[in-house]
Order: sequence, then C-alpha cells, then structure tokens
Amino acid sequence: MLEEKITVLKQKIVESANIVESMLEKCINSLVNKDENKLNEVINIDEQKVNEYEIELDELCTNVIAQYQPRAKNLRIILMILKMNNDLERMGDHVVNIAESCLYLINKTTRQSLNDITQISEIARTMLKDSISSFIKEDGALAKSVCEKDDQIDDLRKKYFSRLVADMKEDEDVIDQSMHIIRIIGNLERIADLSTNICEDVLYVSEGRVIKHHASE
Amino acid sequence: MAINTVIPKKNRNIDDSFYREMKFVRMRTENLNFYYGKKQALKDININIYQNHSTAIIGPSGCGKSTLIRLFNRMNDLVPNTRIEGGIYLDDKDINGPKADVVEIRRKVGMVFQKPNPFPKTIYENLSYGLKIQGINDKTLIEQKVVESLQKAALWDEVKDRLHDNALGLSGGQQQRLCIARCIAVEPEVILFDEPCASLDPIATAKIEELIEELEKYYTIVIVTHNMQQASRVSEYTAFMYLGELIEFGKTEKIFTVPKEKKTEEYLSGKFG
Repeated sequence: MLEEKITVLKQKIVESANIVESMLEKCINSLVNKDENKLNEVINIDEQKVNEYEIELDELCTNVIAQYQPRAKNLRIILMILKMNNDLERMGDHVVNIAESCLYLINKTTRQSLNDITQISEIARTMLKDSISSFIKEDGALAKSVCEKDDQIDDLRKKYFSRLVADMKEDEDVIDQSMHIIRIIGNLERIADLSTNICEDVLYVSEGRVIKHHASE
Repeated sequence: MAINTVIPKKNRNIDDSFYREMKFVRMRTENLNFYYGKKQALKDININIYQNHSTAIIGPSGCGKSTLIRLFNRMNDLVPNTRIEGGIYLDDKDINGPKADVVEIRRKVGMVFQKPNPFPKTIYENLSYGLKIQGINDKTLIEQKVVESLQKAALWDEVKDRLHDNALGLSGGQQQRLCIARCIAVEPEVILFDEPCASLDPIATAKIEELIEELEKYYTIVIVTHNMQQASRVSEYTAFMYLGELIEFGKTEKIFTVPKEKKTEEYLSGKFG
C-alpha cells in the first residue's frame, strides 16, 4: 500500500525532473539555433507544467504522510521528495530566467562566444540528471560525483565572469549582452547548486551522512 | 445498480465535490434517525456508500458508528425497544420496506465482526454452510466456491492441506480471514466490517488491511474502526460521526489533511475521543 504510493511519488518526481532537464536543453539549443518559438514555449508552456507537478506532488506527499504515517526510511524518502519538488520548481524558474536572456541574445550578434554558456549548461544539465538518477538508484557514489562537479561550475563561472567584465570595460556596446550572459551563467550555477542539494539529501538517505554546509569536514 | 441522484441537501457538512463525478451508489441512507428506547442514537444521517470503494466510519465511542453499520443489514432488528425513521436503501430498494426479505438482505450485505466467530466445524463446512442454506447441493459447485472464496480471502495457501480440520484450530488472524471467506462464499454485494482487526496483532492486522484493499475490486466495503490510521490506510471515503450525527463525509485524503469541520480536525488531532 505505502510502497505503491512511494513508487508513484518517485515516478512523478522523475517526470517533473525530466521536464526541467528538457527545458534547459531546449533553451541552450534554441540559443544556438536562434529559435525564438522554442524559447517562448519554455517560458509560457513548459514552466507551467513544472508548477503543476509541484502542486500535485505537494498534495500527494501530504496525503501519503497523513494517510500512512510513514516511518524510518519511508519517511525520509517522502520528506526528500518534498524538498526535491521544491528544488525542481526553483530550477524551472531559473530556466525561465535563462530563456528570457536567451531571447535577448538571439537577436544580437554577440562578440562573446556562446561556447561558455553551452559548456556550463552541459555540466549543469548532467548534474541535474545524475542527481535524479542517484536518488532513484540510491547511488551514493554518483551523488558524491555530482557534488564534486559543483566546483567545476564555480571555477568556470569565475573565469568567464572576469573575462566578461574585461570585455565590458573595453567596449561599452557589449554591456547589455554581457549582463545577459552573466545572468544566464548565474542561473545555471544556481541549477547546479540545487542539483547538489538533491545529492546531499541522497547521501543522507543512502548513507546516513550529513554533508551539507561542509558538515563532514 | 443505481446511479447516484440523491444529494443530501440538509447536511451542510458534506463535501459534495465528488457528487459531481458519476458514481454508483450501492447503499444510501435518507434522513435516518434511530432510537434505543427514548435515546436517539442516530440523527438525520444522509450517507452514500459507493460501489467498489471502501468507506470508513470513524468517531469516538458512542458516536453511533456501530449502530449505523448494523442497520445496514438489519442486525438491530433483534434489539428490543428500538425505532427507526427514514430510509436505508440497497440498490434503491428500502431494506426496511414491507417487501424486503431480511434473509436476502443479509446475503447481499455480509458482515464481519470484531471477534472472529467461525462455526465450531471444519474449515470446509464453515464455507459450505451458507451455500447449503441457499439450497446449493451440487458438490462440485460448492467445492469450487469454497476454493474461490478462500483464495479471495488470501487464506487458501495456508489451509489448503487441512480443509477438514476444525476451524477453531486456526490462529486469530486466520480465523478472521476465514470469516471473511465465509462472507464472500455466498457472493454478497456489500461487506460490512465492524472493527475487524480489534482483536488481532499488527501482522494479522496488516494482512486483513491488504485484503480489504484487494476486496474493493469485487465488493463494496464499509468499515467501522476506532483506529484512525487504519481508516486512513484502507478507505477511499471517510465519514466522521459524533454524538449520533454525521459531521463530515468526504474523500479520505481530504478528511485527513484538510477537514472542513472543526470537530473533525479536533478528533483527528487527538483533542478528544
């Protein structure tokens, strides 16, 4: 009875994560291919779907807790799904921010290379994907590897940030687009952070270790 | 099979959102009042029991939940000095009406009690008894029904090699499942459970709960229970009763997460009862 409900919750959270992941992929591809329609789709349609999942999952989790009084691992899993649900909804919002800036950028001939964005977004997307599979498989090692990737993103962000600042100092005309690129990179970094959050919880559920805020150090 | 058309108007506490969905109502009561002598035990009860769903009735002791469920197959007929007003309908026919046949009603509406009460006979006889009373003499048919009902009651694997042993030799949980099988054997439409797990240990309770969920596929189920958690686990609809009144009725998940009535909220959070 409870097991079946938890399986449904897991399925739903994976569905929601898949939407977020494909939104991000769609965004970056559309930026490269200059596809305005796809970007509008992300902003107006896809995010709505994630919001609907959030409400549905919230309600389902509350019902399962009220009806079945889960204990021990079952309780930890359900609480985790609730938190992941929240994180995924936030990620959806970040993707929308990215899509908005992409809409601005597709109409400009950017001097800066879009490679920076695609590189960071690829890492962030993999992190999101791996965080969800680490949860489903309860794979602590995979979760740990995601947490480690977060440093890569931070390093890249710092590197690109100083380069963009230098560009702006050199040429005032690129300020607008550079600000949008910074916004995109910032949002990608937040998506990576939220994926890390998920993995920290996975490590807690699977190994019982708290590694949040460098607690293990 | 009656399509739900009656929406209780009087009862302000009824969550009627689900009435909008088309559902089959197997049993319903209409302005049901019941008295033990001068004491009124049930006040204006309007409730629908949906086919192939389980409905739990919860509430503190003395709220009338057992009285209500016992009225569903006229068990209170035998209690002297009682009076009933209003209607109880099974498939839109008044079960207390002049044409109602009490034996037929009790066949259609089976009941499982708090304490397992198998007959002091063999397991096989416990099941074949009801069939024989119905006039079924075909041995193969009886045998087939015995096996079927034991399978449905998830007892077959445990007793298949000792069908001719005395039923009283079974454990409490097995005896209760035997009673459920006995009830199923005569092919009822509705099964009433009055505190079916009250005298069982947690493992036997879990088995019965799983079984009830399984039985929903074939039967309409009403379960009275003191155990709120049990109600929340097994039922699709929950009715909360207090002092003879139906305070709130609705989808179980709604009742247990966002009840509309203050009394329900207080009872569920353990403030009284």
